[in-house]
Amino acid sequence: MHGHEKIERQSYDLNMLTSIIIFGITSDLFHLFKEVYIMEAMQYHKGLVYPLNRENVDTDQIIPKQFLKAIERTGFGKYLFYNWRYNDDGSPREDFTMNDKKYNGASIILAGKNFGCGSSREHAAWALLDYGFRVVIAPSFADIFYNNALKNGILPIMLEPLIIQDWMEKAERDSFTLAVDLEAQTITDEEQVIKFDIPTYHKEKLVNGWDDIDLTLLLKDKIEAYEQNRQFV
Amino acid sequence: MGQPKTIIEKIWENHVVHREAGKPDLLYIDLHLVHEVTSPQAFEGLRMNNRKVRRPDLTFATMDHNVPTVNREIVRDPISKKQMETLKENCEEFGIQLADMFHPDQGIVHVIGPQLGLTQPGKTIVCGDSHTSTHGAFGALAFGIGTSEVEHVLATQTIWQQRPKTMNVHIIGDLGPGVTAKDLILAIIAKFGVSFGQGYVVEYTGEAIRKLSMEDRMTICNMSIEGGARAGLISPDEKTVEFLKGKRYVPKGKPFDEIAENWLSLATDAGAIYDKTLTINAEEIEPQVTWGTNPSMCVPVSGSTPAISEVENKEEVRRALEYMGLVENQPISSINIDHVFIGSCTNSRLSDLRKAAEIVRGRKVHPNIKRAIVVPGSFLVKIEAEKEGLDQIFKEAGFEWRDAGCSMCLGMNEDIVPPGGRCASTSNRNFEGRQGNGARTHLVSPEMAAASAITGHFIDVRKFQEVFQ
Repeated sequence: MHGHEKIERQSYDLNMLTSIIIFGITSDLFHLFKEVYIMEAMQYHKGLVYPLNRENVDTDQIIPKQFLKAIERTGFGKYLFYNWRYNDDGSPREDFTMNDKKYNGASIILAGKNFGCGSSREHAAWALLDYGFRVVIAPSFADIFYNNALKNGILPIMLEPLIIQDWMEKAERDSFTLAVDLEAQTITDEEQVIKFDIPTYHKEKLVNGWDDIDLTLLLKDKIEAYEQNRQFV
Repeated sequence: MGQPKTIIEKIWENHVVHREAGKPDLLYIDLHLVHEVTSPQAFEGLRMNNRKVRRPDLTFATMDHNVPTVNREIVRDPISKKQMETLKENCEEFGIQLADMFHPDQGIVHVIGPQLGLTQPGKTIVCGDSHTSTHGAFGALAFGIGTSEVEHVLATQTIWQQRPKTMNVHIIGDLGPGVTAKDLILAIIAKFGVSFGQGYVVEYTGEAIRKLSMEDRMTICNMSIEGGARAGLISPDEKTVEFLKGKRYVPKGKPFDEIAENWLSLATDAGAIYDKTLTINAEEIEPQVTWGTNPSMCVPVSGSTPAISEVENKEEVRRALEYMGLVENQPISSINIDHVFIGSCTNSRLSDLRKAAEIVRGRKVHPNIKRAIVVPGSFLVKIEAEKEGLDQIFKEAGFEWRDAGCSMCLGMNEDIVPPGGRCASTSNRNFEGRQGNGARTHLVSPEMAAASAITGHFIDVRKFQEVFQ
């Protein structure tokens, strides 16, 4: 219970997507912009690990359909893994480990392969974020979820199943934390430093919190030229 | 003549707006389909940033996930109602054509695209919906996207995409009588797993594919995402051209002949090389039934649930059997059902309803079935089916005949399977809680769903005729 209190976490605003912050971007590439709306930038994150030892976790489990009717991006955290977390009467299910108090405040989730498969619902990423998860580590991710996570400042990291299994066991036993350095592309536990891969393109955007649409609109002329030259089919 | 190319490469190259080393390509999008569930936050994003929709003329919206399929004028859930009203307001504000729930073009977004001729070979098509892969049946590059990407496409008519690897899923031989497109795609997923297509665009090839109707091809491509591929497609041929001829958004007369010729030229060239090829023998495929909680947990109807000692993923199988209320080694034919759903973007087109009606004709739904519903994929499918009297066949047998929508595939409207209920469903996902909290879903073809509605348990539809004559 007291384990998580010691954990150092990057402070962040759970409602960051509504309270979108205005940042100045000074990069050479984007000097055109004085101000752009961006998602929260992320360079470094240290947090408590929650081990979800299941494969093929689909987005219907991450957030069930009855919660997709909202027209906002926030407030989905309380519905995260709803059918796994709660009984029909709304009481917490004892057979679902996330309800264990020792995982209170977890911000890094470990999972089995093909995490986020199924429906394209970005609500899955919003729910994870709203609950407080900033990093998801799995052997593989479904394509759409991977993109949705990145668009919302959640870092999806693919690692060897053996490393994940080792961490799973540690996190099931004790309070277990990991430190993720996106700039250096490393994850550190008490004993070792593990390198991870992420396409440079995604990394830059996460580190800087750049907005995709703004970047694309820098190429507006090319889009117009494409439309004019377009030989349909 | 250059190097032989796959259709995937041809469509991709036609749509690159910008390419830069170390980055994904910026692709132009020819058609953006929109529905009420995954779009409100995207429109809100546009408003907050004072942006417009770049090409409302290439954007088309409908309501499908939340719409009631009975007493349409009464939407009891205020949040569902609000979501649909929001789509209407957004379409008005941004100048987007909308088929709302009373419009004659309304239907499941993946059914109406082809029906209106919006879906065409060679197009890039996106929608905030993973089953957008359906449109690949026409030789389009069609894939599902998240809401942030929906906003991006609305604002720019483009999307950043990593060039995918290409995969050929080659089907050897022919499907036997009574074995359907649904059985073929379920068998593919059962054999290769729920993530075989990750990072790939899949092309389905082989004589069995050529022999399939366009509607059956849509069933195949629809479930590509269930194998982890964002997009699946089939090279266009004369059937593709024939299907699209005369559709509303397809050119007429001489321009049609020209465009049709272009479409056919998109087909994968002989000798083109794929990054990966998988093969499956159609002759060995039987009617399929899923027993578990993902679409690869699937066996022939003559089979049984697995023995836990014989599988690698023991914990996953154990948990799936427990959720499904089944035991290991249980024969599929011993599973009794209490709900039947014929519908969804996988199997709700006219030919699906015709085939199911053939089985049902003159028979009665088994008394143990608490609810059996038929939900046409679109308003137009419904009208055409009624012209043929299919509604009467279903109703006389004890099915409910509904209005068009996604309905019980995911139960965002009131069409849900109750906790512990067991449904033979022609939809695409058997995930836990998909059709309702605690609901148990078995994915099958329309023919198999119809036959099990009559018998109250799963039965090989090929034996069905003999049994009931």
